[in-house]
Amino acid sequence: MSSTTLIRTQGLTKVYQMGDFEVHALRGIDLSIEQGEFIAIMGASGSGKTTYMNLLGCLDRPTAGSYELDGIAVHEMSSEKLTKVRNEKIGYVFQSFYLLPRTTALENVELPLLYTRNMGHKERISQAMEALDVVGIKDRARHFPNQLSGGQQQRVAIARAIVNNPVFLLADEPTGNLDTRTSVEVMALFQKLHAQGMTVILVTHEHDISRYANRIITFRDGLIISDKPNPQPRNAAEDLKTMPELDLDR
Amino acid sequence: MSIIGIIKIALKSLARNKTRTFLTMLGVIIGVAAVITMLAIGEGAKKIVEDQINSMGTNVIMVSSNFMSQQSNVRQAQGSGNLLEVEDVEAVKDDIDGVLYASPILNTWGRLKYENQNWRGGVMGVDVDYFNIRNMTAEQGELFYPSDVENSSKVCVIGKTIADNLFGDVDPVGKIMRIRNIPFIVKGVLKAKGENVMGMDQDDIVLVPHTTALTRLIGHRWRFMTIIVSAESKERIQMVQQDILELLQNRHRGTTSESFVVNTQTDIADTASSVSNTMTILLASIAGISLLVGGIGIMNIMLVSVTERIKEIGIRMAVGAHKRDVLLQFVIEAVTISILGGLVGIFLGWAATSVVGKTMHWNVAITPFSILISVTFSCVIGIFFGWYPAKKAANLNLIDALRYE
Repeated sequence: MSSTTLIRTQGLTKVYQMGDFEVHALRGIDLSIEQGEFIAIMGASGSGKTTYMNLLGCLDRPTAGSYELDGIAVHEMSSEKLTKVRNEKIGYVFQSFYLLPRTTALENVELPLLYTRNMGHKERISQAMEALDVVGIKDRARHFPNQLSGGQQQRVAIARAIVNNPVFLLADEPTGNLDTRTSVEVMALFQKLHAQGMTVILVTHEHDISRYANRIITFRDGLIISDKPNPQPRNAAEDLKTMPELDLDR
Repeated sequence: MSIIGIIKIALKSLARNKTRTFLTMLGVIIGVAAVITMLAIGEGAKKIVEDQINSMGTNVIMVSSNFMSQQSNVRQAQGSGNLLEVEDVEAVKDDIDGVLYASPILNTWGRLKYENQNWRGGVMGVDVDYFNIRNMTAEQGELFYPSDVENSSKVCVIGKTIADNLFGDVDPVGKIMRIRNIPFIVKGVLKAKGENVMGMDQDDIVLVPHTTALTRLIGHRWRFMTIIVSAESKERIQMVQQDILELLQNRHRGTTSESFVVNTQTDIADTASSVSNTMTILLASIAGISLLVGGIGIMNIMLVSVTERIKEIGIRMAVGAHKRDVLLQFVIEAVTISILGGLVGIFLGWAATSVVGKTMHWNVAITPFSILISVTFSCVIGIFFGWYPAKKAANLNLIDALRYE
């Protein structure tokens, strides 16, 4: 893996104005993330990890500081351009999946492609099917979200995140709504994508989950309190073998 | 993202919520259908009135004595203050430019009898010109001739109502009909004209030569004469009317312009069409209100839809939808609803119009104008009432939208 800097934040600060109060969610975060890393961001609620994730994901803008993504100064961009960055460079995986209701898995995965450059209908479908294949759920392409289990829905969401070949995956508590075995399955999927070269940034408060990452960063009160490599991450695929099969449909 | 792509997204989103889409559309459907139907009925009423006015004849001017005139200081010689004479008709015809036809009208009533059947009806003494003025033709038999007028022949032409009531299945042509016990030969039956503007049956009529009427039925003492004139063209009506008044004043000493009453068809037509126009406007504004309510319905549902879909909007914006894309999607959804509703409404309005036309035997007409106005209206409603919710959707804060529960 070449070690190119993918993300660099310097003095990243976020202050929320709540009436007369100023809430300092982030107090100046300096962080560099190399291409091909698998990072877990830890922290209790209120530690600023979600705020940081929103900023990394270009969902929100910093009060101060700089953020360079893939060599581009993102903090200076207009919201129009940020939309393009979100579409082309970032893949999101959310805790509660955020799939569009009454919309098939395939159509959900197609969604980011609809807002990209003009792409033919066939090309779009084949690219979406490919993504569904990668997450191992191609046979459920025509199902609606309410016909899928939680694990399957999260796989569809991951397929949607990778369909546009983003430069990194940003997952916010992706296992928060899943049972243990399904959580490990999803982690196995992230590890597989990581092995193929994808940069993965995972926000979680579960220690068990963070142990599958190669680097663990911990937030508290808007600051990083620890940033340690995890030289021997757990292997989710191996863990699965030791776990009992609960339900084939899961 | 291309417009076509957004249109596809909007259509898919409508298709996913068929019930909601249909209910929203219903307001526009009913509104447009109402506008179309009301305008068609108004148009139909106008046509009926026009037809009735045209059935009076073409470019008609009616002249009679003014019994109400205070200035009339003429001797009450014969009759009851009537001034007009048959010679006036000849003068009008010969001396005034632009007069095509002129005929006296002598009105009377009488018992009509054929064998053992009785009928009481109006009898009019007229000249042959009268048929031309009123566009009358014979459906059976023929009309009477100038020679019948010259000879004061005891002949008559009857309207359809009389033919039906007095003769029943018998062909009246050539039969003897008694008017006040005086035998008249029925020469023909007039083509039916239906009701006039006032709702009177125009077929309940017997026409006899005015000479015969004067000598046999009325007598000079009780005559009351009207002169009916047909001008050459609509433009000349005004002028001919003036000339007639002048001529009559010259012919009858001591009269003023107040001594005569002149009515033209244009006067009547103007009044009638202004009444039916008012009716149309009234009907259309009622229908317009329902269209407006339909539009507010769209806004309502679209606003609810925005709230209901805040998360969807958040997801779309997170994966790369621009503000413009969201705005357009919602506007297109609203416009699609109104246009589709408009089209269904036109169809429904057409159906309703046909039903009304069939059951009421009206010549109802859907004009291109009414289609144009309702389609334009529904598009405008779609954009107008769709814009605000769409703007609201597009201006949502991304983080808030994503976290919205």
